[in-house]
Amino acid sequence: MIRTELAIVGAGPAGVCAALEAASYGVKVTLIDREQWIGGQLVKQTHKFFGWYEKSAGTRGVVIAKDLAVKVKANPDIRFMGSTEVLGYYQADGVLLLETPQGIQTLKPERLLVATGASEKMILFPGNDLPGVYGAGAVQTLMNVHGVRPGKSVLMIGSGNIGLIVSYQMAQAGVKVAAVVEALPHIGGYAVHASKIRRLGIPIYTRHTIKEAYGTDCVEGAVIWQLDDDWQGIPGTEKQLDVDVICLATGLTPLCEFLWQAGAEMTDIPELGGFVPLYDEHMETTAKGIYVAGDAAGIEEASTAMAEGRLAGLAIAYSLGKVPDHEFSRKRQDCLKELAELRAGPTSQAILKGLAAMREQMGKQARAQTRKKVRS
Amino acid sequence: MEASGIRITQHPILDFPERRKVKFYWEGKELEGYEGEPIAAALHAAGIKVLHKSLKQGRPRGFFCAIGNCSSCLVVVDGVPNVRACTEKLRAGMRIEMQEGVGPVPVSKE
Repeated sequence: MIRTELAIVGAGPAGVCAALEAASYGVKVTLIDREQWIGGQLVKQTHKFFGWYEKSAGTRGVVIAKDLAVKVKANPDIRFMGSTEVLGYYQADGVLLLETPQGIQTLKPERLLVATGASEKMILFPGNDLPGVYGAGAVQTLMNVHGVRPGKSVLMIGSGNIGLIVSYQMAQAGVKVAAVVEALPHIGGYAVHASKIRRLGIPIYTRHTIKEAYGTDCVEGAVIWQLDDDWQGIPGTEKQLDVDVICLATGLTPLCEFLWQAGAEMTDIPELGGFVPLYDEHMETTAKGIYVAGDAAGIEEASTAMAEGRLAGLAIAYSLGKVPDHEFSRKRQDCLKELAELRAGPTSQAILKGLAAMREQMGKQARAQTRKKVRS
Repeated sequence: MEASGIRITQHPILDFPERRKVKFYWEGKELEGYEGEPIAAALHAAGIKVLHKSLKQGRPRGFFCAIGNCSSCLVVVDGVPNVRACTEKLRAGMRIEMQEGVGPVPVSKE
């Protein structure tokens, strides 16, 4: 059995920033990822990050990933275990079961951080299970990591930032984007991204969705149509598109099955992407010693994931007695301020509402616990 | 055989360095891919999209998430079923089959 002070599941932006922060206080960290690389989904993000996060503003995701990987590898207090999957967590013993390239191993950490990220949402339409219907992240991985084009002509569903950015990246890689459809009456993502793809002549149809995908063994085409104010398709507005790929950018949901298994209280918050764990100002869940950061705590941007990771790493180092009180409260304030700045934009209103709902439930939970203790 | 123009050779931002080409088998047919890339990438580059047949209705399945989350792309590799094509790395000589439903019981090596 391997022993460590802090085990972090997921070496994406949240996990890595937590590892670096905790290790800066001498915490011995074991950082685990199922991929062989450090950086999670940043490795396929060729676009430049926006100016919110000072250190990464204007930097491409792929470059941030490389930078983080160099820092992790240079840090003697962080042990990176790549190509390693966490198969489960034994609650009673606090032990993780790992599948490593060398076989099955067990790991007992004093603290655990779950930074497992997100998975893509599927939407319902006839033919949505045909090969050729891919998540937007899958298309990015195939193109930007493995250098393979997803197909010849693509219908993109969803005009949020991911839909817009991936459409642009497909155009960069020489793939034709036949259209972007958006069920809302307006484009979901930033105007700067929408303008870029409009300049390329890619049409964005708002108030439109996919009616069906067709094909025998894989996608051979798609039909889109306009929606009325009740979100119902309007007969007679159908357009047939000759595409071999349908790309879904219809949102993400936290990948937090592992927290369910570890016994953390979970709650469904639509603004945060679905079920998320309840957690406090230190990113600690209701399962003592188990923390969460990044998309697993609620869907946001990589920049917020990094800030949450630093906060979790700091709080964990503090809980292990490695950070003086005054320094902890000062640095914690810095982290909270940074998070507040990142969430200051108009697009973050829903996130703030979701976080408030989660925090309210967490408060109720904590009060109930206190009452229980007082009685017993 | 590679489907024409599917591999990216020139890109405005990214470089795709030369990798070692290896031979492997899909449904008994010899194909070529790059060593270490995911099986799904090698198959996609060879124009193969149907990797799996669904459990109940036998409907065609390909990859969906490409990062090991969704299990839409399960294939049989060297007799072992339920291998995720999107994360399993290609090795020379691999024998890969489309998986029907739950796939065959793995063949014992002894």
